[in-house]
Amino acid sequence: MNPESLRYTMDHEWVGEQNGLCVVGITDYAQEQLGDVTYVELPKVGQRLKRGEEAAVVESVKAASDVYAPLSGEVAEINEQVENETDLVNRDPYGRGWFFKLSNYDSAEYAELMTYTAYRAFCQGR
Amino acid sequence: MELIYEKSRSGRRAVALEPLDVPEAELNSELCRPAAAPLPEVSELDVVRHFTLLSQRNYGVDSQFYPLGSCTMKYNPKVSELVAAHPGFATLHPHLSSAKVYEPVCQGALELVFETERMLAEIGGMQAGCLQPMAGAHGELAGVLLIAAYHRDKGNTHKRTILIPDSAHGTNPASAAMAGFEVREIPSTPAGVMDFDKLVEALDDTVAGVMMTCPNTHGLFEPQVHEVAERAHAVDALLYYDGANLNAIVGKCRPGDLGFDVMHFNLHKTFATPHGMGGPGSGAIAVGERLLPYLPGPRVVKSADGYTLETIPKSMGRMAAFFGNFLIAVRAYAFLRYYGGDGLPSVADNAVLNANYMFARLRGAYQAAFEGTCMHECLLSAVRQADKGIHALDIAKALLDRGFHAPTIYFPLTVKECLMIEPTETESKETMDLFCDAMLEIAQLVDVDPDSLHAAPVTLPVSRLDEVRAAKDLNCACLA
Repeated sequence: MNPESLRYTMDHEWVGEQNGLCVVGITDYAQEQLGDVTYVELPKVGQRLKRGEEAAVVESVKAASDVYAPLSGEVAEINEQVENETDLVNRDPYGRGWFFKLSNYDSAEYAELMTYTAYRAFCQGR
Repeated sequence: MELIYEKSRSGRRAVALEPLDVPEAELNSELCRPAAAPLPEVSELDVVRHFTLLSQRNYGVDSQFYPLGSCTMKYNPKVSELVAAHPGFATLHPHLSSAKVYEPVCQGALELVFETERMLAEIGGMQAGCLQPMAGAHGELAGVLLIAAYHRDKGNTHKRTILIPDSAHGTNPASAAMAGFEVREIPSTPAGVMDFDKLVEALDDTVAGVMMTCPNTHGLFEPQVHEVAERAHAVDALLYYDGANLNAIVGKCRPGDLGFDVMHFNLHKTFATPHGMGGPGSGAIAVGERLLPYLPGPRVVKSADGYTLETIPKSMGRMAAFFGNFLIAVRAYAFLRYYGGDGLPSVADNAVLNANYMFARLRGAYQAAFEGTCMHECLLSAVRQADKGIHALDIAKALLDRGFHAPTIYFPLTVKECLMIEPTETESKETMDLFCDAMLEIAQLVDVDPDSLHAAPVTLPVSRLDEVRAAKDLNCACLA
């Protein structure tokens, strides 16, 4: 997906709307900070997530981090490929490295997320 | 070097069994292996050479500098080993403490437990100590379970949350979650200390406790710890002190006096018992008045008849069999007696002085993570080096080539490209200077020949490891 059309959280998740679902992954900045990803744990399909709730776990050679639900919704799909090929998170964070897709999400919550420009400024300030 | 299995030659033996002096008996065939176990067949000399060579490749504080931040890898005095090896301690059967009838024959051990717990309580500014927890995180769990026992006893069913600053010791959230609490993280200010306003905001009636590490993992003393205690106690939340960094303040300032209700001690850090190769550790705890009724039991008490064991009616139960890693407590006791109350503050004095000396020498070449002075460890950031393609990991590996153990890297997560250096009080100025010289030389290389650092280490038996493969492609099978 094109990073410029995505929305972002302060915890470095990205969100993109696609065919009525919200695709969620971690940003290029996040994967670079983490270093080589060695383990990804995804939520279960059908799981209801509240905004800010722990949704997935990502571990790298440096650290283990929680991935939070950027908005409330129901897990409609998960990227099982990324659990086996964890380097997709490093190689293609906005594409084949996506984590999960949410259905029944709240569009108002989506609108509250940072834009690409806002997120870039946020990262530069860190 | 070869594995011992690769040295195996059919029929070679290291031991000859004594002639049988009892009648031979048939073993039930169900108890026997279908085939002999695949053990290496080697001579005694093969075994001696193999393990001697392995030991020579070992790295420990007895041979070299070990500046692993957050870990307090200080020298373990040999007098402590001598005391722990005393047959009166070393050969004691742990069950001697489990029945009243045996109490007279283990009075010395019970006295040592009593005295060590008493000394720890005194150092912590607490009411009583308990040696049961086996390691730091086990002590944290004990402490959080004590907080849970307190709220359960008071009927505080609404207290479900533990607040933990992002600069707390890394295991705190896991311990709190394991004890059944929800964890809420409190961010740090740019100065590296807990954001007090954010804490006050989060400190509602559902908060059961606040876990703090002080100095925190940024190596900084939390300036508002008194106010935190006041605010927490106002909503009946208890305050946990993580003793991971006690080396910075031991004998100088007491967590109990700061308002903490419960704490753990890493005897393997502050009180110099061995660790870094599996320990075993000890995460002894101490509690203030509020948590006294719930301490793990049984407890050693002193009476006119000597030292006896007593059960506590409201005790949270046992955290471990017997008294934890007893011989570790013996070593810590020896250390405490060796320093004495008057000598102990010099531990903190020198630990803090040493860290600041290294900080002063290195903060020009590497970016200081925070302004001002530090406590017992200093945090540098390799961001400037990272811009030239050399990351904290490369610097750590380059240090291995120069004969040093690497400092802690990439922790705490709040500091980019973090290098966390803790010299402890036991290192000399000369050793610290050698390490700083190596760090400065590496910083220079980053400017003139960064590529030479990517391959490090090149002088060790094992070159740069593939960390991704090591994490993903685990193969523990021996070759047999």
